[in-house]
Amino acid sequence: MKFLHLVWSNLRRKKVRTLLTLLSIIVAFVLFGLLSAIKQALTGGVTIAGANRLIVRHKVSIIQFLPYSYKARMERIPGVSLVAAQTWFGGIYQDPKNFFMQCPVEPEAFLEMFPEMLLPADQKAAWLKTRTGAIVGRTTAKRFGWKIGDKVPIVSTIWAQTDGTRRWIFDIVGIFDGREKNTDTTPLFFRYDYFDEVRNQAQTWGHGQVGWYTIRVKDPGAAAEVAKAVDAEFENSSAETKTEPEGAFVQGWVNQIGNIALIVSSILGAVFFTILLVAGNTMSQSVRERIGELGVLKAIGFTNGQMLALVLLESCLLAGLGGAIGLGLAWLFAARGDPTPGFMPLFYFPGRDLFLGLGVSLALGLVTGFFPALQAMRLRVADALRRM
Amino acid sequence: MAGPINWLSQVASVTKFGLLSVPQRRGSVAAAVFGIAGVVAVLVGVFSIAAGFRRVMADSGAPDAAIVLRSGADSEMVSGLSREQTRLIADAPGLARTATGPLASAELFVIINLPKKSTGTDVNVPLRGVEAAAFQVRDRLKIEEGRAFEWGKNEVIAGVGAAREFAGLRVGDVIKVGRYEWPVVGVFSAGGGTAESEVWTDAKVLQDAYNRGDSFQSVYARLNAPAAFDQFKDALTADPRLNVKVDRQDDYYAEQSTGVTSLINYLGYPIAILMAVGAIFGALNTMYSSVAARTREIATLRALGFGRGAVIASIMLESIALALIGGGLGAVVAFLVFNGFHASTINWQSFSALAFAFAVTPVLLAVGIGVATVIGLLGGFLPAVRAARLPIAAALREL
Repeated sequence: MKFLHLVWSNLRRKKVRTLLTLLSIIVAFVLFGLLSAIKQALTGGVTIAGANRLIVRHKVSIIQFLPYSYKARMERIPGVSLVAAQTWFGGIYQDPKNFFMQCPVEPEAFLEMFPEMLLPADQKAAWLKTRTGAIVGRTTAKRFGWKIGDKVPIVSTIWAQTDGTRRWIFDIVGIFDGREKNTDTTPLFFRYDYFDEVRNQAQTWGHGQVGWYTIRVKDPGAAAEVAKAVDAEFENSSAETKTEPEGAFVQGWVNQIGNIALIVSSILGAVFFTILLVAGNTMSQSVRERIGELGVLKAIGFTNGQMLALVLLESCLLAGLGGAIGLGLAWLFAARGDPTPGFMPLFYFPGRDLFLGLGVSLALGLVTGFFPALQAMRLRVADALRRM
Repeated sequence: MAGPINWLSQVASVTKFGLLSVPQRRGSVAAAVFGIAGVVAVLVGVFSIAAGFRRVMADSGAPDAAIVLRSGADSEMVSGLSREQTRLIADAPGLARTATGPLASAELFVIINLPKKSTGTDVNVPLRGVEAAAFQVRDRLKIEEGRAFEWGKNEVIAGVGAAREFAGLRVGDVIKVGRYEWPVVGVFSAGGGTAESEVWTDAKVLQDAYNRGDSFQSVYARLNAPAAFDQFKDALTADPRLNVKVDRQDDYYAEQSTGVTSLINYLGYPIAILMAVGAIFGALNTMYSSVAARTREIATLRALGFGRGAVIASIMLESIALALIGGGLGAVVAFLVFNGFHASTINWQSFSALAFAFAVTPVLLAVGIGVATVIGLLGGFLPAVRAARLPIAAALREL
């Protein structure tokens, strides 16, 4: 550690160059952080999926409804412990750009099915008492400034109201938080009984139909058999089902969006390749310029190992510092939440990637410092001194 | 002050020095050039996705075509129209008519799950039921392989994009929807539009298969002139028996593409800007080292009477030249890698898959080169000023 002073002086000898290299490393790691957060936002749903939950949807496509009567039939299938129905409401609050999901659900089964959505007990009680009541996630409540007691008008693109319009008004009775960091706290949920009653009066179709079911299985190990049993139960009916684990269902949506992982990693690859070039070049240049001095160090008794360590320490310090600052900035940015109007509810910088980033920054230091360090180590004192 | 010719020759001499020393500084020059190439390639690549998506949407509409949906519906998926309503729409003024009747096709739009070839997982493939007029309403429609489906039969034809991206849509394949089997009898193109991602069949057959009675979701119509749109729209919106919204197809498809393109813009711009900033630091480093390597030469020239302006101009020239080489390289790479790259994504507005090809447009290439130039300018300016300010005596003493 007594050489730290030496390393520090070396870094300061060309301040502008060190600063510019540091800045480009910072930029690279800000990008690294943002891309991790984007990837997290687009694929993170897969990891939150419960291992004991299955999604049951219409075999032909998700847009086709399933009869509500399936619920009771599924509850009788061995291995099924809970069934909850959801339906796509397709609502718009003020502007189509303000996208968030709304679904009619049965409060008790729903809250039991999704324990990661935390709703205070008194708010749950209020929801059970209020037919037109709705609960909304913290993110959306904050976004629109909704408070408990507010009446919120939402225009459905699909479902008519009894007055002939498609404008529904819900009473916000609860605001739920996420138990996990990656719990989606953007949706709004309201009561299925109210929804069903209104649509029965207001329109001629869709009665007693729901969008999809979530099933909880008693034993996650037997999930595949339960899924088979559910699909077998409704085989050859007018609405055949397709049952799959929640994770596979979410992954299916991610795959539909496109190959995000590939795009993100190619951008990262291009960025790091560039940074490596610039930083590596700067490092080797600064070593070349100091050959004479390094020769002196060797002449006064520095060992090969010490020379190696000296140069590597310098490059790792630069890369590590840049990495830490860059990742920190990205973390600060991601902590502010979704930068888009509702496209990416799960936008955050996962801790795992933070550590990965730090590791990468050290690796960057080692790689860029390696050749200059080797050069310094192999230096022959006589040659070096002659160049002074 | 020397004459302009003299000044230019000064610039040329200093620039020559710079260029001659490039091989000595090849590491840092290569770093800057490849750095800028990387930035331009990623920038052009990311925005070619949005451009490709927009191109599909732009190729879908025509100025003299309209689409009618239920009022309040933002896509065909959630729209609904009865047989009576579609008749009223077909009789409205402003529509183009042929011997067989008005050019209006009442259509049904549903989704079926088919596996995506690249991942093997299900995608929402649009299945559209059309009426005979559909083939004239969309005038760029062409059967590329096989034949058209027969009316009244459970037969489908697949768009070229759908056939390419999703499994089981080759001529001779059979798709299963519920309890029905539908042979694929043809593959069609539609001038690059969204229809190429769809599977088509007879609307009547589809109504039966989906128990839709005699209802539809949209009417696609061709007007007798682009200017007839207002007349057509006013007639429909004034009709008390109808509760519909009428859009030009151009506007409708532009609206449909906003989700995907704004997502790409939200993500693409910050990434592009960050990368450009990173590249500017790299270029600055390169040009500073370029100046540092030539301290004595520049000081000598200045001592001989070369002006500051000439020194600044030549260093900027060098920086911009390197940036342009990098930018050009990046643009070529982006074009070779991304242009025409086939992909499919989900169009959230219609909830269904859309096949498209990345489009590296001339505008994108120009933007890429432009960004490279700006990086070169910014990266060269400060080092150029430093070179011009070099205290001559001190620099010469280093000799």
